[in-house]
Amino acid sequence: MPTGPADARMGWEPAPRQGWVAPHIASEFPGLGIAWVEVEAEPGKSPDGVRRRLRDLSDRTYGSQAIRLRERPIPWAYRVFFRQIGLDPDRTRTPVEQLTLDRLHDGGFRSKGLPADALDIAIVETGVALRAFDAERIEGKLCIRDSAPGESLPGQSGELAKGTLTIADDSRPIGLLFGPTAEGHAVAPTSRRLAVAAIQVEGVPQIAVEEALWMAASTLESA
Amino acid sequence: MPALLRREELSGLETGIDERDARMQLRRQISRLESELADLFARAFGRTEVPHRVDAAAAAPRVLDLGELEAVRDSLADRVAEARLALAERERAEREGHELVQRMLAAPQDYKWVRVSREDLGLPGCGHWHSKPRLGPIGMLMGWWRVKISSGCPLSGRLAAVER
Repeated sequence: MPTGPADARMGWEPAPRQGWVAPHIASEFPGLGIAWVEVEAEPGKSPDGVRRRLRDLSDRTYGSQAIRLRERPIPWAYRVFFRQIGLDPDRTRTPVEQLTLDRLHDGGFRSKGLPADALDIAIVETGVALRAFDAERIEGKLCIRDSAPGESLPGQSGELAKGTLTIADDSRPIGLLFGPTAEGHAVAPTSRRLAVAAIQVEGVPQIAVEEALWMAASTLESA
Repeated sequence: MPALLRREELSGLETGIDERDARMQLRRQISRLESELADLFARAFGRTEVPHRVDAAAAAPRVLDLGELEAVRDSLADRVAEARLALAERERAEREGHELVQRMLAAPQDYKWVRVSREDLGLPGCGHWHSKPRLGPIGMLMGWWRVKISSGCPLSGRLAAVER
């Protein structure tokens, strides 16, 4: 892990920043949280080292593991949370299950470029759900809250249904929780500073969240 | 105060302590049932199909109310019961298959032409036990029956040759 002033120049922040959860949501879902790190990185084709890691990861991921995945504590915690917020985890897959299924379908983890590959590596290794945003478009701190009446997700038609759980900054929702990202907040080819956010749910240990963020951020910085 | 009222509207939830406790209780039950269903799904995979799907309660992620949580919990409980039943039936069939093979091995002439596959017994691979006469028609006339155990899955080279 990079440390020291040189890393500060590179934009590395050793400790993840902790976002907040609306109090009435937190009281319903103890353990729900959001943390993120900001990294200076250029989206684009993944370097050889990252693609090699994806290949190594493919070699270590088998069909039998996919079946047993839902019994492992962290993927199971996300499945449970999906049920609790009304999603069907067999239709709207948890991030690690979706990647594992894609791996079986495609015969390997396909490189999708950066930052997607860095996130995929960290998600598969740790099971923690990660998202990437354009950090320069984020105002203030990230949070998890429900949508206010009349709010909509930029780029999506229509208003959000009342009470929809979103990831938001100080101004507006920037994505649905485990759903699409708002237009203008997703990582674009012109993005130069990325926010990698981890969604923590009950049953996911803090150390796993930090490891996932560190893994994604260090992969992005080393690229 | 107006801000607080707006916050109330925003949440769309009953905030009574009793009801929140009930929702927490239901979420705990959902997590326990999900764990049980995952275990049944993994144990049944490759042996039999177990029902494990529970439709989404909402189109988008949100805090479910008491009724919706109850519906999810009840659906999960139904799936667990159905999956448990399907798995128990499958295990019973496999146990009967094992007993049949033992009886076939002991008295092949009582089970003429009966064939039991490894799959029927919940075992991996492609082999099977087949009660057949020795020396074809002669053995059949003489009552020389035996159980032949197949050598397993066809080799990939042979399959490729068939495709050519």
